[in-house]
Amino acid sequence: MDLLQQLTQYAFSGLSTGAIYALIGLGFAIIYNATGIINFAQGEFVMLGGMLTYFFQTVVKFPAVPAMLLAVMTATALGAAFERLTIRPLKRPTPLSLVIITIGGSIFIRGISMLIWGKDTHSLPPFSGSEPLTLAGATIMPQHLWIFGITLMVIAANKFFFYFTISGKAMRACSFNRTAASLVGIDVRKMVLLSFAISSAMGAMAGIIIAPLTMTSYDVGVMLGLKGFCAAIIGGMSSGFGTVLGGLLLGLLESFGAGLISSGYKDAIAFIILLLILFIRPQGLFSKAQTERV
Amino acid sequence: MKRDYLLFVLFTLVVLAAPCAFKGGYLLNVLVFMGINTMLAVALNLLLGFAGQISLGHASFFGLGAYFSGILSTTYGFNPWLTMLIAAVAVGLLAFGLGFPILKLKGHYLAMATLGFGIIVYIVFNETVALTGGPSGLSGIPNLRLGGILFDGDLKNYYLIWSFALVTMLLSINLAHSRIGRALRAIHDSEVASRVMGVNARLLKVQVFALSAIISAVAGSLYAHTMSFISPASFGFNFSVELVTMVIIGGLGSIFGSFLGAALLTMLPELLRVVQDYDIVVYGLLLIVMTMYMPKGLAGGIATLWRLLRPKKNGAIDHAQG
Amino acid sequence: MLRVEGITQIFGGLTALEDVSFQVEKGKITGVIGPNGAGKTTLFNIITGLYTQSRGKVFLEGTEISGFPPERLAPRGLVRTFQNIEMFSQMTVLENVLVGLHTRSRCGIFSCAFKLPWQLSEERRMREEAFRWLEFCGIGELADLEAGALPFGKCRSVEVARAMAVNPRILLMDEPAAGLNSRETADLEVLIRKIRETGVTVVLVEHDMELVMDICDAIVVLNLGKKLAEGTPREIQENPAVIKAYLGEG
Repeated sequence: MDLLQQLTQYAFSGLSTGAIYALIGLGFAIIYNATGIINFAQGEFVMLGGMLTYFFQTVVKFPAVPAMLLAVMTATALGAAFERLTIRPLKRPTPLSLVIITIGGSIFIRGISMLIWGKDTHSLPPFSGSEPLTLAGATIMPQHLWIFGITLMVIAANKFFFYFTISGKAMRACSFNRTAASLVGIDVRKMVLLSFAISSAMGAMAGIIIAPLTMTSYDVGVMLGLKGFCAAIIGGMSSGFGTVLGGLLLGLLESFGAGLISSGYKDAIAFIILLLILFIRPQGLFSKAQTERV
Repeated sequence: MKRDYLLFVLFTLVVLAAPCAFKGGYLLNVLVFMGINTMLAVALNLLLGFAGQISLGHASFFGLGAYFSGILSTTYGFNPWLTMLIAAVAVGLLAFGLGFPILKLKGHYLAMATLGFGIIVYIVFNETVALTGGPSGLSGIPNLRLGGILFDGDLKNYYLIWSFALVTMLLSINLAHSRIGRALRAIHDSEVASRVMGVNARLLKVQVFALSAIISAVAGSLYAHTMSFISPASFGFNFSVELVTMVIIGGLGSIFGSFLGAALLTMLPELLRVVQDYDIVVYGLLLIVMTMYMPKGLAGGIATLWRLLRPKKNGAIDHAQG
Repeated sequence: MLRVEGITQIFGGLTALEDVSFQVEKGKITGVIGPNGAGKTTLFNIITGLYTQSRGKVFLEGTEISGFPPERLAPRGLVRTFQNIEMFSQMTVLENVLVGLHTRSRCGIFSCAFKLPWQLSEERRMREEAFRWLEFCGIGELADLEAGALPFGKCRSVEVARAMAVNPRILLMDEPAAGLNSRETADLEVLIRKIRETGVTVVLVEHDMELVMDICDAIVVLNLGKKLAEGTPREIQENPAVIKAYLGEG
């Protein structure tokens, strides 16, 4: 394989993992915008997406599509339950207590999953065959195309929801000003619950579409979640489009870094970028600077 | 204030006498770990409980201390005491330099940045195989020696580790009751007001971050020299979270609380031995439940209990008089 | 004593302050008044280094202090209190005042951790002085209570004691009477006069006109981000522009 082919190969795999990071990152941003919370348990819902699909498909022997739908629904319900049981009862939430609680939730979900499904890695069959296609000299799995397609669809649905539905508009109102939103009659608590539900669903979908490529186990959520957060940070947390770009950029950098520099340090790349951005440009690469108000 | 020192004297006596109760063996080994964890929890508490700044990467300072000390003494044959000093200074400088950009961040962002730093360090431990031995670890680290005593047994290690842990606790209690401790708590309660009072919040946060890292590095060095073997697995993200759990469960801002938290989390895996693997679930539940219902931790819980029990006496007297 | 020159503050597209200049004389009590949204608190935040102004300069006794962060202003004798009382609520009242003495004590992390002899004597000295300020504000008996558990009126006094412990030459008070009942306001008035007697210059933002007219030697009026008038309480009370601003166009 010549160099150009190899680079194309890196680009394809980078873009597909990047799309996953983008989906997870959007989940972070949705909750953050509605509540100001960074949900450290976000990655666990990605894991749940993959593991639940494995469970419904391989253990319960459902056909693929119902299994996936069930997985997303279960993860969504769990995300909503998580908010209802741990975040809402908090009397005086501080950033510190929220960090701790969501970390606690993350550990708890991971622990329970380990008890139920064990420590083994499980694989899921690809959505449509494993016959590689050749595109621009590089081989590409059909699953990659599924990832691109589904990610695009989710992003479009997301856009539609936030700009063209009442609930979506209400959630945007909450992100601008919670007090004002509640004064005009928006049920802020319901919106918070909804934001957790939506972002769990998106996380679960990300987990499902990547599982056939990377396999899944009880502990894949930590890294995927953190990478998704990096994507959101690169995008500046607020802008949906920025987060998508951030995810793709991160995926590409990782893929090229692993291929051309060293595969061992692949995971470090995301975190070095994370630190650099937080230190130099905490508002993200794609959004304008905001003045902090005292 | 006086009560803290009285408690410390009592605590010291208990620590000194404890080995008599457990005639050596396996339990003593657990107590050695408890000492190391106490040091780490107290160190993190200075940052998290006093200054109110979270770190989800403290295991990396512990690990850096262990690897600096381990590599220099094993590969390059330096005296272990000297390597402990070098580790402390090097980690202190690193934390000081890192502190300025990282502590500019607040809340969730600080949590993520420290977490990211911790993971980078963890990856470096794994990847610099020539230096650290990579995932399979570094073995043959020499024990510490003081005069004619070589610290190679559980009992000797117990006294070695716990003397460091006790000194750490005492210095932290001193600090808590000084102008520095007050300034840190002031930053925690209202950073703006503390600055108006002339507290250089930014510098002080960085200083306490560095101090906390130094104590963790010393604990790491002690760990390396008593265990003689280290591997990256002990210094990962999970351990950082475990440290935060210790501080939260024990009680933010309470030095003895940190001991309680460290003790509980060191014992937990031993207690749950029968139902292995449940410990991670229990950690998660503990973190959630404690933050929700007992935000001041075990120390705060005990203090409340104490207050509840004492007025009862007065209440009884009032009742008798009435 | 304190001079502001051409202070302009723009938030996004909104001009909160426009070309405000005035001077505070040493040893006097100066009031800054104006309707809501006049920019009083913004002005205070600029002077005390919490905001950086878009344009203009601030001078303290002839030295320019524009853009100094608050922690550099405290040692120069410029201290403020807050409208919504920024108490160190998890500390005792005495500890709150001790934080006020922070800049006037020297011991670093090392000497504090090891309790070196000079740290002990410094600590003793600080406690004595802190008690003096508590007595000064009439709250000596509250020393060991947790600040967060105090009623609002007492918090005001603690905040003043804490600010006085910094040894200010000029004290800026942001609505000190807000939330106080009439008896507490009367006590506050006595306290502010007492502060002036110690030689400290006082600047206050306040809505309670009775209090302002009673104790202020000079008054600056802001309206919609601009300086509307300045003068003695009597002059201000008779100023037609001020009356119009307060009572509206009608």
